[in-house]
Amino acid sequence: MAACMVKEPGLTGDVRRVQAMVGVQGTAHPRLVTPGEVISQDTSFMRGHGTYMEKGVQVASVAGYVTRVNRLITVTPLRQMYQGAVGDTVVGRITKVQTNRWKVDVNSRLDAELRLSNIQLPGGEQRRSNVEDERDMRALLTEGDLVCVEVQKICDDGLLRLAARNIKFGKLSQGTLLAVSPSLIVQDKQRMHDLPCGARVVFGANGYVYITPTVPQEQASTYIVNFEEVPVEVRKTIGRLKNCIKLLAHHSIMISPTSVMTAFDTSIEQEFEIKDLLKPDVMQDVALATVQSMNE
Amino acid sequence: MADISLSEAEKRYIVDGVKLGIRVDGRERLDYRQLEIETGLVSTANGSARVRLGCTDVLITVKMEMEPPPPQQPNDGQIHFFVNCSANAAPEFEGRGGEDLATSLSAMLDRLYSSPLSLDTSRLCVVPGKHVKVLYVDVEILECGGNLFDTVSLGVKAALWATRMPRIYITGEDGGELEFMVSDNPQEVDRVDVSNAPILITHLRITENLTVIDPTPEEECCGPVQVVVGVTPKGLITTTQQLGAGTFAPQTLSASLKMEVCGKEGREVMLMCYGEKAEKRRNKVLSFMDRKRKKWCLCTGVRIGREFDCFLSVLRTKWVTSLC
Repeated sequence: MAACMVKEPGLTGDVRRVQAMVGVQGTAHPRLVTPGEVISQDTSFMRGHGTYMEKGVQVASVAGYVTRVNRLITVTPLRQMYQGAVGDTVVGRITKVQTNRWKVDVNSRLDAELRLSNIQLPGGEQRRSNVEDERDMRALLTEGDLVCVEVQKICDDGLLRLAARNIKFGKLSQGTLLAVSPSLIVQDKQRMHDLPCGARVVFGANGYVYITPTVPQEQASTYIVNFEEVPVEVRKTIGRLKNCIKLLAHHSIMISPTSVMTAFDTSIEQEFEIKDLLKPDVMQDVALATVQSMNE
Repeated sequence: MADISLSEAEKRYIVDGVKLGIRVDGRERLDYRQLEIETGLVSTANGSARVRLGCTDVLITVKMEMEPPPPQQPNDGQIHFFVNCSANAAPEFEGRGGEDLATSLSAMLDRLYSSPLSLDTSRLCVVPGKHVKVLYVDVEILECGGNLFDTVSLGVKAALWATRMPRIYITGEDGGELEFMVSDNPQEVDRVDVSNAPILITHLRITENLTVIDPTPEEECCGPVQVVVGVTPKGLITTTQQLGAGTFAPQTLSASLKMEVCGKEGREVMLMCYGEKAEKRRNKVLSFMDRKRKKWCLCTGVRIGREFDCFLSVLRTKWVTSLC
């Protein structure tokens, strides 16, 4: 039964977001602009993404920070929909099964495409897909399944082409998914991390973070899901990680394996129960503590 | 509720978690998410409340009108509920998609407040047979994040509590028609007595014999059958409804009803003490959280602070023996 108490002082509306600013692009204080703000009067600068010329001056078209590389000025938005970059590892959910491809929701403007020819077929050896494979597509991946895939190509209209040609990509097994803004995920070559606390986290570049128990060894075919019951201790770790990532996202702190582990360790040190991490004041405490320890 | 699709692996993870007693976000089976209630938002309405339970967000407004009563009930006021599922709440509410849910919610609320024990409608009578006060309660679903019924019922109770109706004086009679004067004095207001107003509690059956309270949208996807029960502070059940396609075994049902009466106390006490305290400060957001250093515990029913003395009676649980 839930035991509760009215919170006496302060109101929930007063719980402020934590001022994060944990190092963006190496500069201490990037210049923030809003749409319509004049960036520079100098016409010799090349106009990059997020800017346009108006009456001879360069104006920002999005709200974000200004980056200057030689003569190129761009404005990178602080939060935007996932645009996609070739080589990114993303986590997606299958929405449709079509003739020889699957449609995958990757938190972008359009559903991405995963072709049957771009996945590693079960059986181990490399082979061309035939008619039986097309009929058996649902046996591999059906609607609702979560996959970890790589962006192969970006089409002109923004449609992403995905591929899962490696053993490490494929269907994700038991665990829990969390959606955050893609701008909060730190750029990292390796997306799948086996954290020391005993769980594996996949930080999808598109903002979908998937937390699963650690798999002891790689399976031969990544399309067979392990339905073994996950023990309580691992569940507690996964629950705590999920709540930590949620609170980091709520306070706009960049999400990386380090920040997540710092938040996790802080929450254990301060002896918060897993469900306590859902409360705004506890979230703020842990977020503040994380920012402080990361800045040291 | 919102339709989201989950993979078989995720569903299995959720179901196994409930069996082992630990849900995905670390809550136990009977734990509620973060609850926030705010009243007095809409100045043009007689009463208003906004409730946020986790991600679910609803806005309730109450307006009072004076109308002639129906001939069957000449001495009682009335309450009418109208629910609107905003298209912003969930993608499937676009256009007329939310109508089914809206009608079932309104019907549920009507049944919830149908008993005279829950809300004394005779107090809403001005002139028996001629004029009664009618309360129009409008519910707007702003965001659908699981457990809609509970949130709406909590909001209705809060909004009714916050309703201030200007006092109506009968000044005289003019040719058979009564003349009224509505008081301008902001201190002269009539309130609605919500001390016995019921709230809804949803039990979602995830697996055999195990139900969870306050399900998230993911959990709702795993266990489509739920039973919604309306309970008053005294432990009386005013309405029940089974939703979704599925079955409820008799022992699961009775077990969940017993939990019902227990679990409801939590919310009832919260609302009542919120009511007491908020007398002094209206229009503020009070959020309800557990703290390690909590002063009292409902589970054991001991050590109640002086403000909550009146709830001692509530804590003495009365099992409801029969339902059907």
